[in-house]
Amino acid sequence: MGAEHLPASEFDIEELEQSLVTSDPAAAPPLVQLMAPDGSVREDAKYGQYAAHLDGDALRAMYRDMALVRRFDQEATALQRQGQLLLWPPLLGQEAAQIGSGSALKPQDYVFPTYREHGVALTRGLELSKVLRLFRGVSNGGWDPRESNFHLYTLVLAAQSLHAVGYAMGVQRDGDDAVTVAYFGDGASSEGDVHESMVFAASNQSPVVFFCQNNHWAISVPTEVQSRIPLSNRASGYGFPGIRVDGNDVVAVHAVTRWALERARSGKGPVLIEAFTYRMSAHTTADDPTKYREAVEEEKWRERDPLLRLERYLRSTNTAGQDFFDQVTVEADKLAASTRADVLAMEAPDFEDHFANVYGDPHPLVQEELEWHRQYQAGFAEDNAGRAEGEAR
Amino acid sequence: MTIMTFGRAINTGLRKAMENDPKVVIIGEDIGALGGVFRITDELQKDFGAHRVIDAPLAESAILGTAVGMAYRGYRPVCEIQFDGFIYPAFDQIVSQVAKLHYRTRGRVRMPLTIRVPFGGGIGAAEHHSESPEAYFTHTSGLRVVAVSNPQDACTMIQQAIACDDPVLYFEPKRRYHTKGEVDEDALEDALPMDSARVEVPGTDVTLVAYGALVQTAREAAQAAEDDGISVEVIDLRSLSPLDFPTVEASVRKTGRLVVTHEAARTGGLGAEIAASLTERCFYYLEHAPVRVTGMDIPYPPAKMERHHQPDLDRILDGVDRVLGRPNSLTGLED
Repeated sequence: MGAEHLPASEFDIEELEQSLVTSDPAAAPPLVQLMAPDGSVREDAKYGQYAAHLDGDALRAMYRDMALVRRFDQEATALQRQGQLLLWPPLLGQEAAQIGSGSALKPQDYVFPTYREHGVALTRGLELSKVLRLFRGVSNGGWDPRESNFHLYTLVLAAQSLHAVGYAMGVQRDGDDAVTVAYFGDGASSEGDVHESMVFAASNQSPVVFFCQNNHWAISVPTEVQSRIPLSNRASGYGFPGIRVDGNDVVAVHAVTRWALERARSGKGPVLIEAFTYRMSAHTTADDPTKYREAVEEEKWRERDPLLRLERYLRSTNTAGQDFFDQVTVEADKLAASTRADVLAMEAPDFEDHFANVYGDPHPLVQEELEWHRQYQAGFAEDNAGRAEGEAR
Repeated sequence: MTIMTFGRAINTGLRKAMENDPKVVIIGEDIGALGGVFRITDELQKDFGAHRVIDAPLAESAILGTAVGMAYRGYRPVCEIQFDGFIYPAFDQIVSQVAKLHYRTRGRVRMPLTIRVPFGGGIGAAEHHSESPEAYFTHTSGLRVVAVSNPQDACTMIQQAIACDDPVLYFEPKRRYHTKGEVDEDALEDALPMDSARVEVPGTDVTLVAYGALVQTAREAAQAAEDDGISVEVIDLRSLSPLDFPTVEASVRKTGRLVVTHEAARTGGLGAEIAASLTERCFYYLEHAPVRVTGMDIPYPPAKMERHHQPDLDRILDGVDRVLGRPNSLTGLED
């Protein structure tokens, strides 16, 4: 590793000028859209080429993934309502933002998600029911992040954006070609860690894509409370490009993410993508959106449903027929059934297991408390044995 | 053996760790060309390159958060927090992320971070530059916490901390940076394990537990007490988490009297934990309730007043008098 990897003070002025063309910083930036809500195709001189490789198979696969994760999400919501999960944060409405971006990644890329990236998890090959271990209350993790290059869910929001930058700094030092993606939302965009992560990523020109799903609501607070300007405009303040993409257009999201990944991979530094989407359901199953937003707003967004849009395209262009959609429904129901079976079979491991990885090296206090716990439990066993004996007499 | 200052000893330990493992990187504020505000990383960037000695933008949460990411990627980051009072912006990263990721990933992702923190007062500094925040971190499982008291330990224990697969907070008593001592640079192999306390001065009447800058003060107090015919056993705690109870316990069983001293405020401090634990562990050996000689439960005072706040030789001796039932500041000094 040589001096060329060191933080560079220069930045791409032409690209910066591009984003500065709008004289009013509060003005809405152009929205990248490659497929209109009615399923018709839109031309885009810059980003269209990044979707050109998407043939019928690829588009059907994207539809399938969106349908699968939607069905999974629906089943998880039902499982929570039936008392089988503690809590569930639904992704309903954000399928295109997640499948579109996740499908653009390469295996060596690394994702640092929040707690709602179930769709991205699917694209990383993670067995979806593992995500539910956290929400079943049997684990504070749930999967091996190194198997799928998909970090554990981060619940203290925005902390993960710094981890993505640090990982990318490691990638730079290794001379590798991986890119990291930091997922966060419009709410977390106000956190200091997002600001600091953008400062560090820009300073180091690190291969990071900041993927902000602006789903319009941070629990009950609308995006306007978080920011007076479009979130994507913030990128120019850090010295890297920001793009606003129609987050319900899976093709556009895929194209824009692919562009950003390639750019980062080639050493040009970070990009902020704001996927303009909508959280169709509650923040979590503990939330009640009727307290803070109008049904008419949800109706407006229902018209922009990401699955419906791609279905319209697939049908109108004869890329997929009824057989395909029937087959996807069968597969989705199968996933829902296996998810339910997995969840019902999930049991908490022995409490002793909880002591196992607090430290990597042996630790006297943890060991002492574990031994106390064993002794204490053994006392109950004797007690129970005595009682059973008494009852037998 | 070489005579060197405390600060040079840390520098030497860092250098050795970097030579031994190419995955060791240092990240912090002003640590490159300047060598840190205390010059602890002096010349390291020049010798190991800016990709291994990273001058970070000014943001503590990001220094820790990016170190987490680098550790994830297989690096062994050493974070320098410029002053004790600047660690709080990184608190969430340390207690919610650094401390928990090994556990949350069931050991798949290790967090071999070392977090260096110059701590404590006595250098006539401005506000927020003289604090002792160690108890916030000893309260958090998943972290190891050490405090060094002399150049030899400083050199050895920084290497042990870096080699440890768990996150270690390494507290450096900044007012001792210029203290000189003999250092065997190659002492690592036969060194006392990082989580062991050490009996600094053997004694029979009172056990005096200290760490960091106050170990030297405790030694001076033991010397002064000896002149008075009182034999004080001084224990340098070294590891604040985990605590080396067997070493302290053996001493207290012998002396029956325990004094703990630290600069941090008394309430919820290490002294409270040590006094409570030792009372539980050897109640029937105690001749007197454990005594704490600590900073007060007030904000760290402006520099011109700090001498009233910090435990010093006289206050430690007063604690020794209290635990021996001799006339002291509480009973009144007249017999």
